[in-house]
Order: sequence, then structure tokens, then C-alpha cells
Amino acid sequence: MEPEARIGSTDFPPDEVLVARLRDGDEAAFVLLVDTWSGGMGRLARSFVATNESAAEVVQDTWLAVIRGIDSFEGRASLKTWIYRILVNTAKRRGVREGRTVPMSSLLPTDEDYGPTVDPARFLEAGHEWAGHWREFPAAWPSPESAAVSGEIHAQVADAVAALPDRQRIVITLRDVEGYTSDEVREILDISAANQRVLLHRARASVRARLETYFASVDAEHVGGEAVP
Amino acid sequence: MSDLDCNEFVELVTTFLDGALDDETERRFLDHLSACDACDTYLDQMRQTTQTLGTLPPESLPDDARDKLLDAFRDWNR
Repeated sequence: MEPEARIGSTDFPPDEVLVARLRDGDEAAFVLLVDTWSGGMGRLARSFVATNESAAEVVQDTWLAVIRGIDSFEGRASLKTWIYRILVNTAKRRGVREGRTVPMSSLLPTDEDYGPTVDPARFLEAGHEWAGHWREFPAAWPSPESAAVSGEIHAQVADAVAALPDRQRIVITLRDVEGYTSDEVREILDISAANQRVLLHRARASVRARLETYFASVDAEHVGGEAVP
Repeated sequence: MSDLDCNEFVELVTTFLDGALDDETERRFLDHLSACDACDTYLDQMRQTTQTLGTLPPESLPDDARDKLLDAFRDWNR
């Protein structure tokens, strides 16, 4: 499956061009990066620190570290991955100062990340001829075109992500919101692909469940509206 | 009929989308998918969920923070 195009990823200069321009002090290049990446960086930083203000400062501190460190960038990872690693380290140090630690160990799946991600009551019980099969089919959703990814859908999804445990939120933010591959996330967070999948799967199932509830409520309203003219 | 049940299928979706199922499990996954409309719907909704996540609009940096960074960049290169 083709990942969603990231903002600016199509006409974006390649890393070696960007790095050369940053080293030359090219302001336009710096502004382009800051404007394109700061939003996603803030979202990720927010998972490690206590407040939005604190996350904004982490983003600023990260860019300052990028300015100071660009000469030492060796191109072993992509520029964005390198910057995200600086961000995660900066955010973690700050999170520790604020007493809101997300130590590496808590990014690993825990017992509660295993087990069914869909309510077992949705499936027929043991002993039934069709045990383990859907009791009722999941209701169809409006087609992506007709739903037109409205602001309300975005709000529901953002809210569902915010409610996830830190470790799940961090992984789904990087993988699905920012569009990183599992290799890139391993480079940024040092979590194996298998462990990422455990967290990602549970997080996606939670967000899907939120959308399911939302579409069902919209549907009920709609039907109700028609029944009572 | 496939030997995978729906409640097992739904737990394999992310590994499948990552292309990380072993050959045998992937075969069972696809056998089940081809025979089960409910799981086809579930897989599609998980995909749609992922795609919607990818369209969340990022918040932009406040103007004063952006200005400060630009100043720092200029200073550094002076």
C-alpha cells in the first residue's frame, strides 16, 4: 500500500541539496524545513512532555540543535530521521525534568497490549457452529469520498489518538500520522518492527472503534431526522 | 473453508499490511479474506483508519517562535 503523500514530500529538495543549503546559511531552505516539519515534530514531542508549551519549546530547542549540528550530519540516516532523533532525545530529557518520564522501557509493549483488539463479544462464542465468526457484520462506513474526511472526523481521530497510552500514541503518530516506515521508526525509537506492530495494531483498532462508534451515531441521527420530519 | 476464524483474522491485519506474515499464515489470511465479507469490511476499515490518520493537519509553529529560530539561524551563520 502506498503511504499517504506527506506534505511537501513531492517537490521537496533531496537531502544532500538541503544539507548543503543549510550549511551555506540559506534562510529559505531553513524556513522550508521549519514550516514543513515543525507541526509533526510538535505532535511527537507532545507525547513526551507535559504541556503544549513545553512541546513547542522542545521543537525550538531541536531546531537550535540542528543549526549547531548540521556540519556533523553524515547522511547515514535521512535528514528528517536525524532531526527526529534529536527531537526525541531533547523531549526525553525535558520529560525527565518535568517528572513525566517516558523511559525507553515504557515504549515496549506490556501485557495489556496483547490480547484481543476487538471486543470478543462481537464474535460467536465457543460451542457455536460458527464459533469465532462475526456475530454481526461490522456496519459499512460511508465511502471515503462521501465522508470527505470532514473536520469532525479529524477531531474524532485526533481525540482517539490523544486517549491512547503513551507508547501506542508515539508509535501510531510516527507510523500512520507522519507516515514513517517501520525501519525509520526503529531508527528513531529503537523499537523492533515486531514490537511496533503490537502497539500499532492495538492503537489502530482503538481509532477504528472510535470511528465505528462515530459513524453509527451519525447514521442514527440521520435516520432519526428522516423519521421525524 | 478456511481454517482461520474471524477473531483470529482481525488480529493479523497490521502484520498483513506490513507484509510481515509468514507465507503459510498469509495464505490462510487471504483464503479467509476471499471467503468472508465481514473481514473484508474490517480490513478495509483498518486501511481507511490509517489513511485518515495520515491526513490529520499538523499545527504550525507560532510566528514568534518561527522568528526566533530564523534569528538564531542568521546568528549562527554570521
